[in-house]
Amino acid sequence: MTVVNEGVELTVTGNPPTATPDVPRALATRSFDDRASWMSAMAGALGIVWIAYQITGWSGRLGFTLLWFVVYLALYAAISRAGNPRPVVFDRLAAATVAGGAVVVGLALLSTVSYTVQKGWPAFSQWGNFYTETAAGVRPTAPLDQGGILHAIAGTAIMVGIALLISLPLGLGTAVYMTEVGGRAARVVRTVVEAMTALPDVLAGLFVYATLILVFHLDRTGFVAAVALAVTMTPIVARSAEVALRVVPGGLREASLALGASQGSTVWRVVLPTARAGLATSLILGIARISGETAPLLIVSGASTYQNLNPFAEPMNSLPLYIFSAVRSGQPNFIARGFGAATVLLALVTVLFALARYLARPKRGSR
Amino acid sequence: MSTIDFLEDSLAHSAPESSAVGVDAVAVSAWFGSNKVLERVNLSMPPRTVTALIGPSGCGKSTFLRILNRMHESVPAAKMAGEVRLNGQDIYAPSVRITHMRKRIGMVFQKPNPFPAMSIAENVTAGLKLTGTKVSRSERSDIIEGCLRRGGLWNEVKDRLDEPGQALSGGQQQRLCIARSLAVNPDVLLMDEPCSALDPTSTRRIEETIAELAPDVTIVIVTHNMQQAARVSQQCAFFLAEQGSPGGIVEAGTTKQLFEDPHDSRTADYVNGRFG
Repeated sequence: MTVVNEGVELTVTGNPPTATPDVPRALATRSFDDRASWMSAMAGALGIVWIAYQITGWSGRLGFTLLWFVVYLALYAAISRAGNPRPVVFDRLAAATVAGGAVVVGLALLSTVSYTVQKGWPAFSQWGNFYTETAAGVRPTAPLDQGGILHAIAGTAIMVGIALLISLPLGLGTAVYMTEVGGRAARVVRTVVEAMTALPDVLAGLFVYATLILVFHLDRTGFVAAVALAVTMTPIVARSAEVALRVVPGGLREASLALGASQGSTVWRVVLPTARAGLATSLILGIARISGETAPLLIVSGASTYQNLNPFAEPMNSLPLYIFSAVRSGQPNFIARGFGAATVLLALVTVLFALARYLARPKRGSR
Repeated sequence: MSTIDFLEDSLAHSAPESSAVGVDAVAVSAWFGSNKVLERVNLSMPPRTVTALIGPSGCGKSTFLRILNRMHESVPAAKMAGEVRLNGQDIYAPSVRITHMRKRIGMVFQKPNPFPAMSIAENVTAGLKLTGTKVSRSERSDIIEGCLRRGGLWNEVKDRLDEPGQALSGGQQQRLCIARSLAVNPDVLLMDEPCSALDPTSTRRIEETIAELAPDVTIVIVTHNMQQAARVSQQCAFFLAEQGSPGGIVEAGTTKQLFEDPHDSRTADYVNGRFG
């Protein structure tokens, strides 16, 4: 900007003319060499391996892909050696390896989901009956426009609900004990909880079978199955709730105690409300985990084909058990129903995880 | 009057003028595990007086402050000896209920810590809720306004009492914490470096608040800022921990005497900024 001041022209710096709007500069640091190197290495490796397969007469897709990746790494390293210092070569190889791992995981997940949805779609898209009818009186060979999985959906909902009622107080109570009470005994409890999270699910089923069914002579009912699910769910809830409670700043507890609060009301009115979002997330993660639990149910629940809404009498079916029996049946239509139910279960778990992420999102406006 | 009766009195929201209570520390020692950090500290903090505790880091002044409302013992392996007398009654006596005692001796911490799950108004009355003190709706709004006024925050937040307490600035949060500790009507207010995380403007507002509270409440403040000690306090105690030995009071007296005519050369060096 020029300012005329008593005939003398002064140049004022700091305020550039605003005629052209300032454009943010591209801050990417990847050069042409960076991009060209891995692409050419990839293409070159593909060519080399293809020729090798033509010459030797080898076959097999898995071996081809693996060999391609190995040759790609070698080529990439060779190309990078030219004109790059050693750390850059190392860096690129590490990045390529990690990216390869990510692609494998992504493909595995994607193929599982797409395979399930593709196989299950014929049953999943039977909006008229699949979600409103049960399997009572429906033969395994029956066409897909007859019968449905309402009984399994209802069974899963009831069992998960009961398991939640059991493990909510138990899991949160354990978490509060581990973080707020503490001491030597709390360390023992933490070790036990950690061991329980690693416990094979089938053992939870065996435990409930050995106690409730063999010792207390209960029948195989929805309630017994829910107890087995709660055994699996409680340590998961306790562990993730403990993490949520642990991030509550110690200063808040001190502030509460300094106001004359007892430890009980400090936990109830300050610590738990502060950790509310994290605790909700821990519960939802627990629910998502047990919704697909099959092994304990195989042992204790027993399966029905009809609608049973009473958890204390007669067997109750559930989505995982229904999927298990359907997919093993050998009847194409029944298998399709199984995959349809699996798609429902996948959708349910996805929704639950999305809900958990939403609840655990960082809060705006807090410091 | 038994100790309990005497402490129950503070439950009533009596006029602040009536509660003028001093604190006396008698031969207070403190340990963390086997490490002794305070050696036989004697200090009398008279009613309606602001007492400043000054001294370099690690000399035990925060530990001493936390002993005054029994927050010290919430640290694992922390031990203490000696007596702390609130109006002549030992607060460490077995008959004293710790929650009642802490209601009478409030504390403001270094880092502002309003409860995140509560609004501004709920933060002010948190102490009543946490201690199970029942108040009527009209009393409640009187307490909110009164405490926020005494904390010097009312004019800034009166139109947004339902907003979360953490939406305030750092200085406002600290004044909210002061208002929160006033709501249970304490006789003594302990402040542990309340301004060290704040900018100069907020610091001045807090110092004004301290001056306004001083006629009603006995205030003990730990500060690293010598000018602040000189501005806000009438009485001053200089703590020091020599290398490898527990901390203790080198010199205590009126602020004027300590800053203008210290008896001990170490005090003179410290208040004149020659060390620490």
